Amino acid sequence: MYTQSMDLPQKKEQSASAPGAPENPEYQREFDARLAQGEFIEAKDWMPEAYRKTLIRQISQHAHSEIVGMLPEGNWITRAPTLKRKAILLAKVQDEGGHGLYLYSAAETLGISRDEMFEALHTGKAKYSSIFNYPTLTWADIGVIGWLVDGAAIMNQIPLCRCSYGPYARAMVRICKEESFHQRQGFDLLMTMMQGTNEQRVMVQDAVNRWWWPSLMMFGPHDSESTHSERGKQWGIKRISNDDLRQKFVDATAPQADILGVTLPDPNLKWNEKQERYEFGNIDWDEFWNVVNGNGHCNRERLAARVSAWQDGEWVREAALAHANKRAAKHPDGRVGEQAAPSMETAPMQTAPTAGST
Amino acid sequence: MTNQHFIYLLRLADSPLILAQRLSEWCGHGPVLEEDLALSNMALDLIGQARLLLTHAGRVESRDRDEDQLAFLRMENKYRNLTIVELPNGDFGQTVTRNFLFSAYQVELWKRLQISTDTELAAIAAKSIKESTYHLSHSAEWVIRLGDGTEESHLRMQTALDQLWPYSAELFTSDDTDRSMAESGIGVDPSAFKTDWQSTVSQVIGEATLTLPADTPFVSSGKAGQHSEHMGHLLGELQYLQRTFPGAQW
Repeated sequence: MYTQSMDLPQKKEQSASAPGAPENPEYQREFDARLAQGEFIEAKDWMPEAYRKTLIRQISQHAHSEIVGMLPEGNWITRAPTLKRKAILLAKVQDEGGHGLYLYSAAETLGISRDEMFEALHTGKAKYSSIFNYPTLTWADIGVIGWLVDGAAIMNQIPLCRCSYGPYARAMVRICKEESFHQRQGFDLLMTMMQGTNEQRVMVQDAVNRWWWPSLMMFGPHDSESTHSERGKQWGIKRISNDDLRQKFVDATAPQADILGVTLPDPNLKWNEKQERYEFGNIDWDEFWNVVNGNGHCNRERLAARVSAWQDGEWVREAALAHANKRAAKHPDGRVGEQAAPSMETAPMQTAPTAGST
Repeated sequence: MTNQHFIYLLRLADSPLILAQRLSEWCGHGPVLEEDLALSNMALDLIGQARLLLTHAGRVESRDRDEDQLAFLRMENKYRNLTIVELPNGDFGQTVTRNFLFSAYQVELWKRLQISTDTELAAIAAKSIKESTYHLSHSAEWVIRLGDGTEESHLRMQTALDQLWPYSAELFTSDDTDRSMAESGIGVDPSAFKTDWQSTVSQVIGEATLTLPADTPFVSSGKAGQHSEHMGHLLGELQYLQRTFPGAQW
């Protein structure tokens, strides 16, 4: 059942590293040596409790970001301007849901259930990327999210493909491939609009003006302010610093803005020939912390939408479980007839998302 | 004949188009993540069916209208979808019940249209039957699961079935267009496969421990262009950008 926590094989071993218990120095040395050699840590391996907790926090919040991120873009699916764009957007938002699924599964390998992670999201204990607390006001926002927000996400996530925890790293490889496709689709959408009417160009510029600074904030606080960076580096979870990633993003994006014909809303943005990088203005960190702390445009709506989807679905989940139990009682040997309804574990998942839309 | 062929193709296209619009409203709001993805997949399949059929309809009409002009720029009474697909989603139980009734219908339809004398339509049917067969299996499983689940889910499913059942009559009404298309070998008269549909439906409803509602004299009329009050609101969203910025490229 999708809501059950996984019974991890290393549970006994883990008692040695349970909160409050002394860590095992011998295992610790082995763990450190493997990290130093750049080896992956796998779900069955011993790991320090703090490493496990950090990963659970990071992976689950990443998963939450994916599913909350479905909402601002989902806002435009029913209003997409052509059938091709509608199919692209729907497939894209669905991909985000799929990313959520891999990431929840990766986090489950660390001994937490999806229900527990949802509970943390719904009660506000767990955060999600605050970019999704900004509203999508026009169709151009869909393109700009693809170009800037997915672009920033890729910068953040590519180093995670080499992170030390195997299940997370492998999920990220697939996610990054899809994200880079999304970014190209977003750019293509904007290019088409920029070649269109004046009203369309104005719409694109307005969207860029609203999303540029929040996109830069996606890399998190300055390195000097970031509380998790140092340990993350030691553990091979955080390989490149927030500020370095942000700089890479600006350097990659500014020339793309020129190709599109839009102006990035920063009067201090300029190429520094000597340092071979762009200089850019100061980020409004008050705004960042306001949004992180629940005071953005859409924080309340986004969380309410997730909570109501979960609550409205409760009767469905209960019924599915009740039916599965009835079937199990009828077929105690686990064998069922071909015509019987499959259990939730085998709930069919369609194959290619865009199968019907090409 | 050309006009009847065009109207017939629009009928085939508009039901998946409008149901896709409804199913896409679920994106991000499903009861479990897996079902969120499954409903989006079905919406994508249906958009794909609609695109192929509308493009083909535009060629048959020969007035240079492409899939988007047909999908976004008709007046409400020129949409030919079955009324059942335009009704609001309701809860997850109502959504899967509608998917079940409609996909069981589509499977029978595509089965027969695979041998259409309109070879393009036959090819679309051959592609679509695979998708609709999956939609049927997915929705039938949920009808059974929820019908037979808890007291609450049983009650919700019976209510969903009772509410949707009167709209199923329209699936099997036939008019001059249907009959003429059937005679020419292009189409099929839906009354011809009502029994097969009923057999699928009653088997699943029985397994779900639900009761098949009695037929009523009500017959909805979406396929003739006369829709429910819900259609105008749905089109308001669907057509918003195309109507606000006439002639723009997206």
